[in-house]
Amino acid sequence: MFRRPREIWQSSTDSVTPKNLYLNRRKIIAAGGALAVTGIAGCGNAQTPGGNGAGAPTGAGTPLDFRTTDYRIEDPSTPYDAVTGYNNFYEFGVGKSDPARYAHAMTTSPWSISVEGEAERTGEFALEDVIDFSNLEERIYRLRCVEAWSMVIPWIGVPLGPVLQSFQPNSNARYVQFETYLNRDEMRGTRFRVLDWPYVEGLRMDEAMNELAFLAVGLYGEVLPNQNGAPIRLVVPWKYGYKSIKSIRSIRFTSEQPDTSWNLSAPHEYGFYSNVNPNRAHPRWSQASERIIGGGVFGRRETEMFNGYEDQVASLYEGMDLLVNH
Amino acid sequence: MKAWTSWSTTRTRRLPYMRSFNRHWLKPVSFWLLAAPGLWLFWQWGLLLTGGSNALGFNPIETTHRFLGDTALYVLLISLAVSPVRALTPWKSVLKIRRRIGLAAFWYAFLHVSAYLGLDLLIAAGLNPVGALAGLWEDVAERIYITLGMLAFIGLIPLAITSFNSMIRRLGARHWQRLHWLVYPIAALAVLHHGHMVRGHQLAPWINGGILALLLAFRLYRAYQSRSRAIKSAA
Repeated sequence: MFRRPREIWQSSTDSVTPKNLYLNRRKIIAAGGALAVTGIAGCGNAQTPGGNGAGAPTGAGTPLDFRTTDYRIEDPSTPYDAVTGYNNFYEFGVGKSDPARYAHAMTTSPWSISVEGEAERTGEFALEDVIDFSNLEERIYRLRCVEAWSMVIPWIGVPLGPVLQSFQPNSNARYVQFETYLNRDEMRGTRFRVLDWPYVEGLRMDEAMNELAFLAVGLYGEVLPNQNGAPIRLVVPWKYGYKSIKSIRSIRFTSEQPDTSWNLSAPHEYGFYSNVNPNRAHPRWSQASERIIGGGVFGRRETEMFNGYEDQVASLYEGMDLLVNH
Repeated sequence: MKAWTSWSTTRTRRLPYMRSFNRHWLKPVSFWLLAAPGLWLFWQWGLLLTGGSNALGFNPIETTHRFLGDTALYVLLISLAVSPVRALTPWKSVLKIRRRIGLAAFWYAFLHVSAYLGLDLLIAAGLNPVGALAGLWEDVAERIYITLGMLAFIGLIPLAITSFNSMIRRLGARHWQRLHWLVYPIAALAVLHHGHMVRGHQLAPWINGGILALLLAFRLYRAYQSRSRAIKSAA
């Protein structure tokens, strides 16, 4: 009834992109990237914390070099068309097909990330200085949306923890806040204040350091399409999808629990933690089960505690009442 | 009032405004226009279930809920626009189709509720009807947008049942009209149901609410006008 459409992770990376072609393209892109970086004002503080300085491959669909990992669930992956055609990215409109239709207007290259707050190394960093594009890995996670549907997505990226550590957060850094890019000319959905733009999300530092927390730059072996949060997005698979913030423009280390967009919009509905929890019904949706996108018209499954990642993350919340701290 | 009383004394089979509707061009045109959204949805489901490409997207059940709910609400608002159109334009025969527009709103709301019961609750309960009813009770009790929507639907039922000529005659024009004033709170509930369902601050519920407010304001204005006219003529 259901076939995996593109089992790209089963092929060797050589068959994804011939190495020599890949390196050639990288040289060209690096040259372009260097030109672009000099064009950004306020980049004087550019450093090389995590990345190797090589240019970031850009453009949705550009193949990425990566290795497979054991972070993979065996359920069939959601078809590429659904992963890239059914999105919540309200900056481009509230309809599920709006992001795929309008997100191409977003400029994703060059891209820099502003690092602020309680850390030793702050300032503007070029994307390729944050992410080591020669050391990407694949993780196949389930994404559980608060709207009671889920997908299985093969992400390409790097673990979040080491990237954050490369900025040397100090002892005051108890939380980390992320902010989405905001450009009203490029993001037609921001003309109306559906949320208080720019979109912000946050994690407790120990959550951010958890092995599952991931920064994705690609999916299905290719550079992220804009509607999926190009060029860089968070993936925290044990939390509802809106925690996995897209198109990250800044990272801020804080001592206090930071604001998060949906919590500001409707605090009784969306808590700071937003862990997937089938036992806590949302005021709009029972969270006991979920619709499987791409799983046939009637595809449904029982929702699992922490979206099935209980073994890896339950210890983060020991002694906490998860119905109160939802 | 005069037109309403005349049929009871002259024993006309049809209500006066419905006379000659049988052969009126509006009859088939309005029927097919009102049925078109439902037929389109039916056709798309046929394509989907036979494996054809269709317009239902990657979450066909969600698309169905939205489509039927939107259609029910829009048709209900259109039914409320009939009187103002008749009063403000030369198109007086529009009144002939008011009742079927209202009935169409009921049928789309009925399909909307049926899809929710059948495609959501029943499947989530593993096709166990008792479990589906328990799910329905939980939703109605705990989710405000479903409470509002269900109240709106329940309110439409007596209006649909009393939409036949025989029922109008049995109730008497005055009672019938008073009962059908229910449509105003029902429309407000439907707009609120939609407004509570959408996430964040969205424009659509405000547009729907604005249209409803205009339609209600028109009626209040007319009532005020006719009252002041009555006072003047009494003086």
